[in-house]
Amino acid sequence: MKKSETRTRYLVNFLAVVLLFAVSLVMSAASGDTLKLKIVPSIWQCCYLIIMAASLNLVLGFLGQLSLGHCGFMAVGAYTAALISLAFQRSGFYEEKSGPAFLLVLLLSTLAAGVLAALMGLLVGIPALRLKGDYLAIITLGFGMIIVNVINNLPFCGQQGLGQGSASSALYATGLGFSNDEKVQYLWVAVLTVILCMTAMLLFVRSKYGRSIRAIRDNEIAAATSGINVSYYKVLTFTISAFFAGITGALYACCNAALATTSFAFTNGSILNSVFIVVMVVVGGMGSMTGSVIAAVALFLLNYTIKNGAWVSALPAVLQNVFTYPMLVYSVALIIVILFRPRGIMGSREFALCDIPKWPGMVKAYFTSRFGKKEASRHA
Amino acid sequence: MLELKDLNVHYGAIHALKGISLTVQDGELVSLIGANGAGKTTTLHTISGLLTATSGEVLLDGQDLQKAPPHTIIRMGLAHVPEGRHVFASMTVEENLRMGAYIVKEQKQIAASLERVYGHFPRLKERRRQLAGTLSGGEQQMLATGRALMTDPKIVLMDEPSMGLSPILVKEIFSIIQTLHESGITILLVEQNAKMALAVSDRAYVLETGTIAMEGPASALAADDRVRKAYLGA
Repeated sequence: MKKSETRTRYLVNFLAVVLLFAVSLVMSAASGDTLKLKIVPSIWQCCYLIIMAASLNLVLGFLGQLSLGHCGFMAVGAYTAALISLAFQRSGFYEEKSGPAFLLVLLLSTLAAGVLAALMGLLVGIPALRLKGDYLAIITLGFGMIIVNVINNLPFCGQQGLGQGSASSALYATGLGFSNDEKVQYLWVAVLTVILCMTAMLLFVRSKYGRSIRAIRDNEIAAATSGINVSYYKVLTFTISAFFAGITGALYACCNAALATTSFAFTNGSILNSVFIVVMVVVGGMGSMTGSVIAAVALFLLNYTIKNGAWVSALPAVLQNVFTYPMLVYSVALIIVILFRPRGIMGSREFALCDIPKWPGMVKAYFTSRFGKKEASRHA
Repeated sequence: MLELKDLNVHYGAIHALKGISLTVQDGELVSLIGANGAGKTTTLHTISGLLTATSGEVLLDGQDLQKAPPHTIIRMGLAHVPEGRHVFASMTVEENLRMGAYIVKEQKQIAASLERVYGHFPRLKERRRQLAGTLSGGEQQMLATGRALMTDPKIVLMDEPSMGLSPILVKEIFSIIQTLHESGITILLVEQNAKMALAVSDRAYVLETGTIAMEGPASALAADDRVRKAYLGA
């Protein structure tokens, strides 16, 4: 690629990001019930799902290791952020959720959430990443389950928090927990977090480190014999991935007035489930950050429309019953994607604004390669 | 000079290498032949640190390689071409070669190594922008070999370079090995294709179920009755 073209691409992407942020600022100032009750809470959810999927993609898509406990790191992040901010609030550092003091606490608790989750990632990663494939999946699955039980039994993580009340699976007090109005007011925080996290992760996968972890994914023995410290890079990637999952936890704590460990548990049937995050990565394309963004938003919308769409009640009763088990719908969606795009929506390519003019040509080429051949063979 | 002294390796309860000793002098091409499961690949993996020995020594120019992890051993001037054409499938040919020079910091040196490898393998230069996963078997073997040469190693370990290749490609690969040898590179070659291996080597070791059964100049082994019967199909 020519240097000038690269510069144009960076400029276009930068402008798009600035525009996105500006839109979020405008929305923060706007009002209206649909916006407040539906659109903005949805955007918040999308924001944490995007970072969740993208951070898991680091491990699953770029490093090529299956981790099934990603929501465990999110739980660590969520509780850390909630409790640290609560400590500040109780000490009187801030009263209302506004002003520079609160923003400082928000920043601090988000970073702390990331750091603690990263530490957990390091602790789990060092022994777990000596294992391969299924074994690693089992260990991480176990971590996801264990962390829920640990939190359930920590006295300062239950009920009113920080030792007020006994250990419990629910934490009713948090220093973050935005109301709907505050979600609108702080929409820019969520959008900015996504922008920063995605930029950091993209820079990581494009760096020398990113190349090394892709080499490990492609061929571990060849990577080791090229002089790459395989275990170091595995643990590093796992830790970075956990860090961003922790940040996601902080966003989650902002979205919810109370935390319950069941929402991070493996048996949880909602969209926030370690397996479902894996589905997002697979659907988006393992090894495509933008693919994860697209899949996270698409699957969120699917989930949302199944739960809230008016069209669902117009369906026959049988289908409506199916829709009360959204997991069934997700699995059908997954099967459809795997059938038609086995490598996910984006494969390992990235979405780029500058490539849009090339799309008509690519679509044409896709159809001629897929259906043109059939016709030719029919004639022959 | 590479020297193995009384090397023992276990896979759990299985005693895979039972006291192997061998030497490779500078500039030599030594081959290690033997049947399936004799311990040839195990020997190479132990040398390059992918496996750890239970006892014994691996010395490269007097330095002990045992206990060092693979990524440090590479930095001591040893290169390993793993068995079965391990290339980075999702990267282009040139990216693969650049990964081979992972431990080299200087861009000038990398560029020089690239030219040198492209000199040995003109085919790779033609395909430099192609994804490695789409190369033919022989080309992938060339790429894996070229990648190992990117660090300008003192000694190259080659594991079954002829595996799964057509007879014409086997000949081509062996003529490349011979050219590399003539250009002064020290090679330890592991092969099932004993005939071809003995034809290009200076010396050879015959490995049988974890012990060295025979050793000597390649031409003498190729003439030996037992070797002829067991490995050359004569």
